[in-house]
Amino acid sequence: MGRTLFSKVWDSHAVRRLPTGQTQLFVGLHLVHEVTSPQAFDMLRLRGLGVPFPERTVATVDHIVPTDAQERPFADPMAEEMLSALERNCRDFGIPLHGLGSEAQGIVHVIGPELGLTQPGMTIACGDSHTSTHGAFGAVALGIGTSQVRDVLASQCLALEPLKVRRVAVEGRLRPGVTAKDVALEVLRRLGVKGGAGYAYEYGGSAVRALSMDERMTLCNMAIEGGARVGYVNPDETTFAYLSGRRFAPSVAAWDRAVAWWRSIASDPDAPYDDDVVLAAAEVEPNVTWGINPGQSTAVGGRVPRPVDVPAEERAGVEEALAYMGFSGGEPIAGTRIDVAFIGSCTNGRLSDLRAAADVLRGRRVAPHVRALAVPGSVAVKAAAEREGLDEVFRAAGFEWRHAGCSMCLAMNPDRLEGRQVCASTSNRNFKGRQGSPTGRTLLMSPAMVAAAAVEGAVVDVRTLLSTEGQV
Amino acid sequence: MSSIVRVAGTALPLRGDDIDTDRIIPARFLKAVTFEGLGAHAFEDDRRALRGTHPFERPEHAAASILLVNRNFGCGSSREHAPQALVRRGIRAIVGEGYSEIFFGNAVALGLPCVTVAHGDALALQEIVESAPGTPCSVDLETLSVSAGERTFACSLPEATRQAFLSDGWDGLNALLQRPEEVRAVAERLPYVTGF
Ligand code: SF4
Repeated sequence: MGRTLFSKVWDSHAVRRLPTGQTQLFVGLHLVHEVTSPQAFDMLRLRGLGVPFPERTVATVDHIVPTDAQERPFADPMAEEMLSALERNCRDFGIPLHGLGSEAQGIVHVIGPELGLTQPGMTIACGDSHTSTHGAFGAVALGIGTSQVRDVLASQCLALEPLKVRRVAVEGRLRPGVTAKDVALEVLRRLGVKGGAGYAYEYGGSAVRALSMDERMTLCNMAIEGGARVGYVNPDETTFAYLSGRRFAPSVAAWDRAVAWWRSIASDPDAPYDDDVVLAAAEVEPNVTWGINPGQSTAVGGRVPRPVDVPAEERAGVEEALAYMGFSGGEPIAGTRIDVAFIGSCTNGRLSDLRAAADVLRGRRVAPHVRALAVPGSVAVKAAAEREGLDEVFRAAGFEWRHAGCSMCLAMNPDRLEGRQVCASTSNRNFKGRQGSPTGRTLLMSPAMVAAAAVEGAVVDVRTLLSTEGQV
Repeated sequence: MSSIVRVAGTALPLRGDDIDTDRIIPARFLKAVTFEGLGAHAFEDDRRALRGTHPFERPEHAAASILLVNRNFGCGSSREHAPQALVRRGIRAIVGEGYSEIFFGNAVALGLPCVTVAHGDALALQEIVESAPGTPCSVDLETLSVSAGERTFACSLPEATRQAFLSDGWDGLNALLQRPEEVRAVAERLPYVTGF
């Protein structure tokens, strides 16, 4: 019988069975950033331990870096201290750091793929839940906590229990104006925010195979929002074409052997799955969240639910979400007024995302009451966008054009919501207080939809803007 | 370090599904190079929003060491700051209907057992403690049971995790450091490590 990519990668990285019954799993790539690592490095010092595989570890800074003024020392002394701590830790333990000022700096989940560090068949760990992003390449990539960051630094291994594998097949063709973000939100709405617990999601089907690498990353990025710690897509020609020529990708001499191995680790056609789910691509609409978890969304033409419309066990959650968001229930989501528009994050901060937003913004202006931010996911994304003149499109439309970083995705830097502001955001979490104001409100959607909302000053179906354009 | 067999004390009921780690500890408190002082900020925004009525603010639960939760507790961000904040607030065990995997793993690594009980039992436990906050409670990992006053409920914990607590192996790093030669051997069999 065939095997899944997950089981092949798992088995080839298994060191041994631990006394607890867990598997000791070798980590092929460990990505480190400034927020979840300082305590881990301190634990190493406390126990007198070193880092045995510094060359399999890569660090960058993203969460706390200001995206406007980046002169050191930062205005925020705590941010400065965190950055200095990472710089010192990387120096002391011999870990390569793509720090501020480097051409390779950016959100950890954007730079890993961009540099060709992320490759098929690897195990990848990072002290950040959105590590699932790297699964887009056919890697088994998972988010870990700080004690586990310590474990990987000290041993290059994790103690884990294997996951079951659910195949999530999206079949058919996405309609124009519908993006990978909409598919990600659709999966969350159908399977729930805890439906993936204990599973790795293998995304497949003709619609997924047709996605670009950027889009596959968006999809895998949000696996964790469904409770699946790992999400992945089998590697194929799209994957290989993306990796070819990247800085840390295999050399030309090794390329054919690398591709042959990558092909061999993809799931076999007769691989068994613990569960199977099929979605029709044509049914997916541009989605918008109305609640306080990413599973609480509706198609843009739909309505915010009323508590009476949902099963009894979900009612309390819906009531809490409506109260926080200021919805009464039953109103159309389109027309919801926004105050802020945020385009960026590891979900949607790559070049293709900026292009999609710029396509909507060309020749248009952001509504006067809206503050709009475009934050590239990495220095390289920013440079590429500027070479295409996208920065000019954003600025002309009334967007602020920023340096690379996580920015308003979690607001650990100065970019944050104020009071009860409503933000149309391309990020991945609409949790209470996520964007920096304890009462701030987040509506998750695709980059094109955020751009459209910025122009309209309210949630709007981006396809109506694109079609008027077509008629002119 | 030491083995963890039983946690006894009073309990703190925190109702609601899908309580995410952003709520347990808002991101602004992650801006620090140590975990110290996090206990005081646990649920800070939720507490402020509820103006004194949040369970973490109630004087009758101030000394509680067992947290009673519902479904999918600790979802969202992988921040270990969340279980760290709870431990630093005095929580020594959590009883609930379910946990996000990352939160569960982080908690185990800190020696904070998270046991699972049936939906009805979780509600019953919360009711008992809400109506009589000082009720003596305990979580016993040997018998896999949770007690509140006169009543006892069955709970579950993956066997590997249970053994790790009972045998003092919950800080998994020692085990991971034991066979460096086997780790090297695995690395050297991986094509991407050896340059294909
Ligand atoms: S962009 Fe947001 S989700 Fe992604 S790594 Fe940064 S903070 Fe985390």
